[in-house]
Amino acid sequence: MSKFRKKKKDLPAVSTASLPDIVFMLLFFFMVTTTMRETDLKIDSPRLPSATEVKKLERKSLVSTIYVGKAKDPKYGTGYNRIQLNDKIGTADDVTAFILREREDKSEKEVPFMTTSIKADKESSVGTLADVREKLRDVNALKLSLSSHKGSTIKK
Amino acid sequence: MARRENPEINAGSMADIAFLLLIFFLVTTTMDVDSGISKKLAEKPPKDFVPPIIKKKNIFEISINRNNDLFVEGEIMELKDLKQATIDFLDNGGGVGKVEEGVESGPCTYCKGSKDPESSDHPNKAIISVESDRATEYGTYVTVQNELLAAYRDLRNRLSQERYGMSFTELEQAFKDSARKDDDLRKKVEDIKKAYPQVISDVEPTSVQ
Repeated sequence: MSKFRKKKKDLPAVSTASLPDIVFMLLFFFMVTTTMRETDLKIDSPRLPSATEVKKLERKSLVSTIYVGKAKDPKYGTGYNRIQLNDKIGTADDVTAFILREREDKSEKEVPFMTTSIKADKESSVGTLADVREKLRDVNALKLSLSSHKGSTIKK
Repeated sequence: MARRENPEINAGSMADIAFLLLIFFLVTTTMDVDSGISKKLAEKPPKDFVPPIIKKKNIFEISINRNNDLFVEGEIMELKDLKQATIDFLDNGGGVGKVEEGVESGPCTYCKGSKDPESSDHPNKAIISVESDRATEYGTYVTVQNELLAAYRDLRNRLSQERYGMSFTELEQAFKDSARKDDDLRKKVEDIKKAYPQVISDVEPTSVQ
């Protein structure tokens, strides 16, 4: 009996010396994967539609994003059809200038690979999309991605 | 002079500092991968462009009205039936092998459709046209586009499975993994894409008053 009691006496402390190492490892992982949001949204974060046939957007630097949704500021009305380009609310007519500005800092070779990603709320109307699409065709920005979540909306 | 030993620096708070930074980055991280339905817009036609004449039976007309109802070839349809209807249309292969303007219009050797002479001649002639009202909800529009793409994917997968023993999705992935350099895979991908070319045209929305 006394044998067991002896063992219980000096329980070694768990070494926490490697804890900083573990934490640092996690820290570096998150530092590397973090992408800071460059533009703050002037519209309510759009509730994206869902689709199953989605493709991942590659080469993030060549993607320009257009947001469509409800403006946070009530002076723009409560409809779901406000367009945000960069960090201000604009109209479909501003899309042309927006795309040309996006092209400025890309090399000529990269221009055909530039993609426009439209993040539109699912309650916005197709009319807005058609206006934007028309302007994109004007400036020959033909690659378009309709941003959507992965998932199905159809109940079978 | 007797040198005193350097006192050890206390590293006990190191973990706290690291934790603080860790939590900051955890909170600010957005891990969302941008994904979406990709579309290729048509180039603006030149001014004197004359649209080619297309047989009515080779066009699959879909319209969505402002109440998000679906009309396919003039009939009301539920969203869940759209995919099958699209597959039936694309895979019909009703052509008889006449050569028109250098494009052979069938017979489609790989089609498994009903060969209805009133429906499309050949997958490479079939055009899907989507017309929507300006007031149609974007969500519905995307769902319709998605169903059409799903129909194409199913047909391509089926053909690819028959010809090369793997689905088109796998084939494309394999091609992508080879850094788009494998000529053999490229040929296969292009072959399947040519068999079922994706032609979805968006008609300019009709305006509502």
